Amino acid sequence: MPQIRVNGVNHDIAADPQMPLLWAIRDILGMPGTKFGCGIGACGACTVHLDGNAVRSCITTLADAAGHEIVTIEGLSEDGSHPVQRAWEAGNVPQCGYCQPGQIMQAAALLKQTPKPTDQQIIDAMSGNICRCGTYSRIRAAIKSAAEMSE
Amino acid sequence: MTMIANMSRRDVVKGISGLTGLVLGFQVGPRNFPFAEAATPTTFEANVYVAIDETGLVTIVAHRSEMGTGIRTGLPMVLADELEADWTRIRVVQAQGDPKYGDQNTDGSRSMRQFYQPMREAGASARQMLEAAAAQIWSVDANDCRARNHMVVHVPTGRALPFGDAAKVAATLSVPPGDHLELRFKPAGERRYVGRPIPIVDLKDMVRGKAAYGIDVVLPGMKYASVERCPVYGGKVSSYDAAEALKVPGVERVVVIPATPAPSGFYPLGGIAVIASNTWAAQQGRQKLKIAWDPGPNANHDSDAYRAELEATAKRPGRIVRQQGNVNEALAAAAQHVSADYFVPYYAHAPMEVPNAVATVIGNRCEVWAPTQFPQGARTTVAEVLGLRYEDVTVNVTLLGGAFGRKSKPDYVAEAALLSRQVGAPVKVTWTREDEIQHDYYHAISAQHLEAGLTADGSAAAWLHRTVFPAIESTFQPNVTFGSAGELQQGVTDMPYAIANVRCENGPAAGHVRIGWYRSVYNIPHAFAVCSFADELAHAAGVDPVEYLKRLHGEPRMLDFDAMHVDYPNYGASLHTYPVDTGRLRGVLDLVVRNSEWGQPLPPRQGRGVAVHRSFLTYVAAIVQVAVGADGEVTIPRVDVALDCGLVVNPDRVRAQFEGAAIMGISNALYSNLSIKQGRVEQSNFHDYLVARTDITPQTSIHIVESAAAPGGVGEPGVPPIAPAICNAIFAATGKRIRALPIDPEQLKSA
Repeated sequence: MPQIRVNGVNHDIAADPQMPLLWAIRDILGMPGTKFGCGIGACGACTVHLDGNAVRSCITTLADAAGHEIVTIEGLSEDGSHPVQRAWEAGNVPQCGYCQPGQIMQAAALLKQTPKPTDQQIIDAMSGNICRCGTYSRIRAAIKSAAEMSE
Repeated sequence: MTMIANMSRRDVVKGISGLTGLVLGFQVGPRNFPFAEAATPTTFEANVYVAIDETGLVTIVAHRSEMGTGIRTGLPMVLADELEADWTRIRVVQAQGDPKYGDQNTDGSRSMRQFYQPMREAGASARQMLEAAAAQIWSVDANDCRARNHMVVHVPTGRALPFGDAAKVAATLSVPPGDHLELRFKPAGERRYVGRPIPIVDLKDMVRGKAAYGIDVVLPGMKYASVERCPVYGGKVSSYDAAEALKVPGVERVVVIPATPAPSGFYPLGGIAVIASNTWAAQQGRQKLKIAWDPGPNANHDSDAYRAELEATAKRPGRIVRQQGNVNEALAAAAQHVSADYFVPYYAHAPMEVPNAVATVIGNRCEVWAPTQFPQGARTTVAEVLGLRYEDVTVNVTLLGGAFGRKSKPDYVAEAALLSRQVGAPVKVTWTREDEIQHDYYHAISAQHLEAGLTADGSAAAWLHRTVFPAIESTFQPNVTFGSAGELQQGVTDMPYAIANVRCENGPAAGHVRIGWYRSVYNIPHAFAVCSFADELAHAAGVDPVEYLKRLHGEPRMLDFDAMHVDYPNYGASLHTYPVDTGRLRGVLDLVVRNSEWGQPLPPRQGRGVAVHRSFLTYVAAIVQVAVGADGEVTIPRVDVALDCGLVVNPDRVRAQFEGAAIMGISNALYSNLSIKQGRVEQSNFHDYLVARTDITPQTSIHIVESAAAPGGVGEPGVPPIAPAICNAIFAATGKRIRALPIDPEQLKSA
């Protein structure tokens, strides 16, 4: 039985170790903030942190995740106070909002590794995350603003 | 006209507000419901509610679906503003699907248009009742009492009574009369929220991962389903073997959903459903199904061959849908004859949240939770497929993770309902992305042929436009081959140019896949062709495209559809309130030109393109700047959009919609392409069904015309002008004319 650690809590998951982390988080742990978008790692809606790196939980198996620190949108901050979340709010980024947990997790990982990203670094980091509503320019502005907030 | 009733002592209060207080219901008269199918209701039944309880909490029911436009915030803003309510003490609750709320079909960019006035009237009525209640409590003249920011103030003495303290008395009062002669609206200068950028009510939840979409609904004992559907539209299962599927851990059973023959309308396509204890197990089990399909009548549908057929049809005379003067004579007499053919492919909606629904059937009742644009349609469809009474079906509306027209069709809701009944437990159906791409209600593929005759000075004297596309009605009725007036109004019959000789025709095309509404619908191909062709005419005339557009738009005037013998539905709105006004086309063109550096020099292989189009009662002009690499790759450094949508309620959400529409226009122009071979969709997921990503995102500026005109559409009108503006810019940059989407970089390589 795979054991995974999500937002600081250990969970024994009664499931096939090949089950993608996404579905264990959503269907078994009952944490719906991480979204399904494509199932092949092509859209970023399911992005979570694995030891601080942004990964696609839809193509990360429970076996891959075991032994690592997983953080989901629910665990990014207790109260929405992470600089990325604050910047998202200040910039009124979301439209439908569905892809935004994945975008926020991707952006938070970027800023952790690259606190002052260039425009090109932002584009490179965020190009795997689709927003069909087309909030990209606000996402990019919010990342810059979060970077300034974190100074 | 809106009828408003004091509902405070009726049962309806329950569930809206637990406490006693003022509850208003209101009903919108038939003139506000151009799309309403039902006959005029003769008895009063309240629909949209505002409730104010003794603590002062104001509850507003949002009856339209939130798919990202911000309507769940915008309509309550209108009501709260007239009410003089404190926005921080507003609670918005989402309505279930019920005719008592009036029209809930959230499509056609018409929520604000249809409900701005009813929301104002409800807010003003409630405000005046609170003022009257305070006057009664104080024994003063009600004319001396004015609501200000959640309190009623007695102007002569400055005494103030919180709304909550006035609510109970207000609940006993009669509503200001239905003719509203006694209803006072706030002067525009005193508006508190309308016209200001108010954050959406779901913002905090969305950035915390707490916003609840359909896919997030969980019921006790719920099973998870994944459905294998026939890869060809109209096909069905011949035989199947589920033995291996049933061996997958977590898989509990396999259920057949009966096929609906084409045209299947809102009904499920049918297929084999795998029921499991979690989504992944259901998907794994599904992969182990062995199914022999009877592909049915569309087994040979091939989008390349179909394109050739549409293009050939566009070369032949079609059914005339608009005619003025004599086009043939004017073409023959022209100094210059210009002609061009345009093509736009099928598109899939690809909302980030795939179709999904949760249903539970208990006895003769069914309750569903779904991200639906069409709650009452979902309720009807579920009742029909289950053979239940409409009253016994409940539809709860969640947030929608994008929709773009896809979620106005409730087939996926009916799937969940059918499965729940068979399984005897709550069932969640979740489509995969592959399902979504391969079993969509597609944006119609189309071919168009245009001809124009120019006089010696380059002016257009003749205009011929033929459009050929499968109609949306072909999804609902057999043997439909022509477009409806509602489809042809989208950029064909409302062609606004001042040209003396005009003929518009529509050629026949049979449907071979489900065709549906896709954000801005037939305006996409028609604006692409018309706005591209206008640019072609400008170049043929040797005139700057902006100057030429001004000539085409002509003197400001209202199109006279009676004189043109055109059946023009005008998106269901009156032409008196919402005329097709070429002066407003000129207005947005002037505004975008002023803000875009039009005419300033650019480096080689860069260019600007312009397009102006009215749709959904809103006027939009776009100027796009492109750069074309030596390899043919198109980048878009800058987009400027000017719009005139009349009164703006939430300017930040209007900007957001037009920013997003530019991105969707870029997807349509540069990336998305859905093709079909042997009846089977060739693309399957985001690796081959391409949409715009952040790397292509231009610097986008939205310029809004200040207007007090009646509110027009916002969600859709930003899409149509983007693709032609891009292609016109490519012509300016390279001299190569793009007439088929998506743009093929091979054609743009430098020699």
